[in-house]
Order: sequence, then C-alpha cells, then structure tokens
Amino acid sequence: MVEEIRKQFPALSARVYGKPLVYLDNAASAQRPQSVVDTWTQSVLAGNANIHRAVHYLAGVATEAYEGARDCVQAFIHAASREDIVFTSGATAAVNLVASSFGEAFLQEGDEVIVSLAEHHSNIVPWQLVCERKKAVLKVLDIRENGVLAVDTLEKLLSQRTKIVAISHISNVLGLVNPVQEIVAVCHKHGVPVLVDGAQGVVHEPIDVQALDCDFYVFSGHKLYAATGTGVLYGKRKWLDAMPPYMGGGEMIKSVSFAKTTYAPLPEKFEAGTQNFNGVPTLVPAIRFVQASREDSDVQKEQAAITEYVYTKLMEDKRITLYGTAREYKIPLFSFAVKGAHHEDLALIMDKMGIALRSGQMCAEPLMDRLGVTGLLRASFAPYNTLAEAEFFIRSLNKAIDMLV
Amino acid sequence: MSLEDKKQQIIEDFSIYDEWLDKYEYLIELGKNLEAFPEEKKTEERLIKGCQSRVWLDSELRDGRLYFTADSDAIITKGIISLLVGVYSGCTKEEIVADDFGFIAEIGLKDNLSPTRANGLVSMIERIKELAGQGRQ
Repeated sequence: MVEEIRKQFPALSARVYGKPLVYLDNAASAQRPQSVVDTWTQSVLAGNANIHRAVHYLAGVATEAYEGARDCVQAFIHAASREDIVFTSGATAAVNLVASSFGEAFLQEGDEVIVSLAEHHSNIVPWQLVCERKKAVLKVLDIRENGVLAVDTLEKLLSQRTKIVAISHISNVLGLVNPVQEIVAVCHKHGVPVLVDGAQGVVHEPIDVQALDCDFYVFSGHKLYAATGTGVLYGKRKWLDAMPPYMGGGEMIKSVSFAKTTYAPLPEKFEAGTQNFNGVPTLVPAIRFVQASREDSDVQKEQAAITEYVYTKLMEDKRITLYGTAREYKIPLFSFAVKGAHHEDLALIMDKMGIALRSGQMCAEPLMDRLGVTGLLRASFAPYNTLAEAEFFIRSLNKAIDMLV
Repeated sequence: MSLEDKKQQIIEDFSIYDEWLDKYEYLIELGKNLEAFPEEKKTEERLIKGCQSRVWLDSELRDGRLYFTADSDAIITKGIISLLVGVYSGCTKEEIVADDFGFIAEIGLKDNLSPTRANGLVSMIERIKELAGQGRQ
C-alpha cells in the first residue's frame, strides 16, 4: 500500500506554509525512509570509526557496515564481483573519475568522445575538461522530436577515433528510458566502451550491468533514498585495472616511498581519502526499500496510474508543451512549458500551494537551447507519491496558470 | 513622496494580504503595470546575474536624482523589481547608498520569496546599490 510506504518517510508529513507538503522534486533528490535515518544514526552512534585500518572494535563495526554495502550494491546491479563497485560522493564524482582516469589512459590528441544532447551537465563538463586537456573532440548524439535519442545516427557518429560514449539511462529532463542495451551493442560492435549515467535510471529501472554489458554505470545515493554524499561507480574490471588512480592519498596505496609508490588493488585504488563510512551503509536500507517497492503491486499500479494521468492531462492541455513525449518510454517525470507563463512564476506560486517542483534549466543547458526554451517546469514522482497528489498537482497547475495568463 | 513615505506605503499595501497567493496576485498586477522597457535596452550589461528568470535594469541620472527602468520575463520577478523601481526612482545616489533596504524584510519578501538563488532579489538590490555607487564623490 502506498499509504504504508508514506509512513516510512517522516519528511512527507511536513506542512509548508500551513499546507500539506506535496513533494514532486524527486529527480533532484528523494526523501529518506526511516530505515535510512536509523542506519545513519546507528553508524554515527555505535559504529563511528575510520574504516579498514585500525584493529579496534568500532573500526571493525564500521568496516563491516561499509563493505556490506558494497556487497549489497553488487547484488542490486548484478555486478560480476564486489571489486567492480567503487564508492564515490555521487554520480558527478563517478563521471569525473572515469573521464579523468580513462581519459588519461586512453585519450590521445584527435580522439573522440560522444555524449548525447540530452545529458546532465555532470555528464558533459567532465568530458569537456578531459577533451580540452587531451586535445580530443567531443561529439554530440542528437534527439528526435519526441525526445528519443537519434540512435540510428550513432553508427555514423562513431569513428576509428571514438574512444568512449557516455549516455544517460534516463534524461533528468525528458524522463524517457533510453535504449541503452542497443547503444551498448552498437558501440561494442565498433569496439567502443560505454558509460551509462544512471542517476535517474537506477531509481526507475532494474539494473543488470552484466546483461546490459555496459563498461561503466554510475549513480548517486541521494536520488535513491540513501544519504547524500554517497554514490557508485561500477566499472568492468579490465577498464578499472587499466585506469590510473584519480586521487592520491589515504586508503588507495599499497606502499609509499619517494622512489616509487604502488597502489592498492581494486576498489580501494579509487577510494582515496577517508571514505564516507556513515553514509555508504545507508545504501543498504535504501536499496531494500527500492526492491520492496518494485515488488509491491499496489505501488506499481499507483505509479502507472500517475504516469498515465499526468501524461494525458499535460498532453491534452493546449497551453502546455510537454518535452519527452514518447509514451512507451515514459517514467513519471514531466518537464513542460506553459504558453504565456514563466516556469519560475509557476514554481513560486505552486510552492505556496505546498507543491515542491523544479524550475529552470535543470543542469541541461544544451538541451534547453535545442528545445528553444530558457527553462522548464518539472514534476518528478516517487513510489511514495499518490494519484491524489498528482490530481492536486494538475488542479494547482491550472489555478497557477489562471493567475498568470 | 519621500523615500520613507514610499516604503511605508508599500508596507501598508502588503499588510492587507494575509495569504501569500494574494501577495503574489498583487505582485503580478504590479508587474503587469510596469512601464514598458525597450527591447533594444535588453542587453547583456543590463542583465542581472543570479536570477532564474532574466531581469534587466537600467538607470538614468536627471537633476541629481536616479531614475530606474526594468523588465523581466517572469511576472512575479517583474513585480518585485517594479516595487524596487517605484521606491528608489527619484532618489539621490546618497539616499540609495545610505539605505538599508530593510523594508523588503518587513513585507516578508526576503524570507518568503527568496529562500534560494531562484528569484535573485539580493542581486537586484545589489545592482541598484552598485548603480547608485557609481561616480559618487
């Protein structure tokens, strides 16, 4: 039952400006279930010690909780081994790690990197930085009118010089599940590895990195109901082994001398500095919540009903332009423009009605330029959102538009 | 009207509304009534950074007093900048530089409207102060 799920999230019972909170900014950051809060509290109160090194009791508790999370993530995305899972501070840090280290090892002057036009800045800028450093070229895969990636043009875009393709599983603006399986297959045919930005994808889709055969998969914990400051980089062993360390210091070494420093084996090689030992264990209850909500048929029905209802309402309203309209790939994430009403005005007014929305460029300026807008309004739903909230959102949107137009 | 009178007037106007949505209605009206801003003046230099919507502000010095004109592509933001333009147009540079802009807090705009970088109220105030500070003795 969705009502049962809501009870697990204390933040949802909040009132804002005296009105019940309707939280529809889940694609930016989700709320945390009590189980995540409890795990965090437990870690701070009864397991707070630096991990891996010390021999004392608390260090053992903390290390176990941290490494237990690695096993949990491995099972969740079906990675071949636990060493393929590197913890980062988030998806952005994971992309930066790959862009920097993979780029260092494999990018030469004149080589090419491909990203899509609909990427989040976090999956564009790290590649721009490394391309600039290596004098490589960044190429862009376009989208179709309905928001779907122009995968049929990918083959033409790939060349002898293409070294990696970085693509989102689901765009944080368009809310469409991209055909990553097909993209990986096309790229691999040309011997090109693929990084999948799963910041939104992992929240909405079951992930099997081995079946998908992607070379890297990255995501953030805070969009997945876990503590902020947590994130995951999955990488195939052959790449992670061949890539140099990203940052130096802390746990990532085997031995240090001024003559020659050698590095720790995976995954510690990429986990320099003190790891987030309070945050990372919260991935375990967060993943349990995600799995339980996926198996809950009531929740799934409600999610499908929300998607159908909001999609239909936004599509039939002549004043509204929805972006990412390919219905068969749609998740309950809706970005749209309203004729004659600025997204910021709508967001400000609806905030005062108790509804949390995102407005603006949503960290995807190239996509905004392509769509010819200065920004959009976005509503993104989570398993704890109800159809009643979706209906309230649409009613409130209509009221807000009436105030402005 | 003196600067203090103008501020007092706005504080009174706002006090009529208990509900925030009503205050927004009022700001929307103000925004709609703001004097037209010529398209050719919407330049990069007149654009105020730090706002989610685009806000342009221009000033002109006449008889030792500053007169502001402004525009925004978002109507609530336009209402806010219209408030500022209404209050500070006709003031001397010295008056503006010496002002603490405290009336914004008094009508609750700062707390309730600008919790984030979203509407850039702070940036607007800073630009007005900056324009007033330019070329002073």
